[in-house]
Amino acid sequence: MNHPIRQNSFKPPKDLAEYPVGTAFPSGHLVETNASWRSHRPIIDALRCSKCLICWLLCPDGVIHSSKQGGLEIDYDYCKGCGICARECRQKAVTMEKEGL
Amino acid sequence: MLEQKAFLSGNEAVAAAVRLARPHVIAAYPITPQTTVIERLAEMVEEQSLKAEYLHVESEHSALSACIGASAVGARTFTASSSQGLLYMAECLHYASGGRFPVVMMNANRSLALPWNIYGDQRDSLSLLDCGWIQAYAEDAQESFDLIIQAYAIAEHPDVLTPMMINLDGFVITHTYELVSLPAQQDVDAFLPPFQTTNKMDLDHPMSLGFTAGPAFNQSFKQLQHLAMMAAVTVIDEVEARFRQFFGRHYPGLLETMHCNDAEFILVTLGSVAGTVRPVIEKLRSLGERVGFVRIRYMRPFPDAEIRKALAGSKAVGVLEKDISFGFEGTVFTNVNSALMRTKVVPPRLRNFIGGLGGKDIAAADIEQIFERMKSTDDGESVEFI
Repeated sequence: MNHPIRQNSFKPPKDLAEYPVGTAFPSGHLVETNASWRSHRPIIDALRCSKCLICWLLCPDGVIHSSKQGGLEIDYDYCKGCGICARECRQKAVTMEKEGL
Repeated sequence: MLEQKAFLSGNEAVAAAVRLARPHVIAAYPITPQTTVIERLAEMVEEQSLKAEYLHVESEHSALSACIGASAVGARTFTASSSQGLLYMAECLHYASGGRFPVVMMNANRSLALPWNIYGDQRDSLSLLDCGWIQAYAEDAQESFDLIIQAYAIAEHPDVLTPMMINLDGFVITHTYELVSLPAQQDVDAFLPPFQTTNKMDLDHPMSLGFTAGPAFNQSFKQLQHLAMMAAVTVIDEVEARFRQFFGRHYPGLLETMHCNDAEFILVTLGSVAGTVRPVIEKLRSLGERVGFVRIRYMRPFPDAEIRKALAGSKAVGVLEKDISFGFEGTVFTNVNSALMRTKVVPPRLRNFIGGLGGKDIAAADIEQIFERMKSTDDGESVEFI
């Protein structure tokens, strides 16, 4: 389950020689986060999660992926808080918590 | 060199050249007087003498969009259009040049409505000079053929990577039959190796294509486009020199001159009308008149230094063109004048002749009349319709 990861190493081109030819640049080079309008944050309860991956399949932003610990985790830099994962989870393992509390 | 000669119309010569250039994808929508180009290509694909994807599209906008998409996976592409169809592509012309996709297009120069008219003038392509495409203007079927072969070498050159439009005067070139030399496939293959680019979608090296660039970065992309177009000046010379080695025919770069060295009165024009001008020049020369002729072959990149050199020392310059920018003057005249303003000695008289609009005939007698007007010292109208 590859997914784009925010790159803090991006250096903007300093002069014309550093620009690409045309509008082509290596993919997955995310330099900005995009989640500021999220009002509710999905939280996965690892004990309830059966790793059926329906949330991974249905997430419109592709921000749910396997963690190194073996469970699923959410990339909150890009999650918009739509709540589809919470609604579709058959184990009721995802809850939506209000942001800023 | 295995060469064949064939009796072909300008459009058929273009189709024959496209086949020899081995494009992967052809997408086009028919419009008079371009139609027979894409009819011939469709037949070639059908009979499998050309192994290309031929895309049937619903509009010119889609035709060029399809070529851009194909170019974005590294394919060699071809499209053709004319007049209203070319203008319908206008949005995509900028996408192709901004994305640096070296699409090659043939345009059959034709009048723009209204009044509706299918005959030749150059208002279609000249109104799109600023869209970032290299623009060449052919004089006959052989040059049309040769320009198509050269276009891929120029447009796909790594220093250029800019789309190229080959313009043929509607009917006068597109539908006139001439004897055309056709080189052998293996010679064209040696002259024109397969298209290579890093500016493409690639599973092994995934790229984001066609991205946004905000105010901090956008202008730099445009500056690079301009530099690439200027780099084409050198590349055109190199490609023409190599073309001569391979196929024997010599082309003179961005413009062609005739008797300009000692000429007092020089006519500047472009496209097929050159064929009418040449014998008039020879006739007037035989009468002892010091007349000369410049045929612009490329409008972009513009032959800036070449125009200054060709017109230096003349008493009067006339620009004859099949277009007008309403409310001012002909676009070619504007471009020629701008180049001349950067020289210390501007020719004393500059006259603009507009003719051939909507296919109106330009006869040898009209050319002689133009030279008479150039001799006149009256101020006259800034633009004269012939």
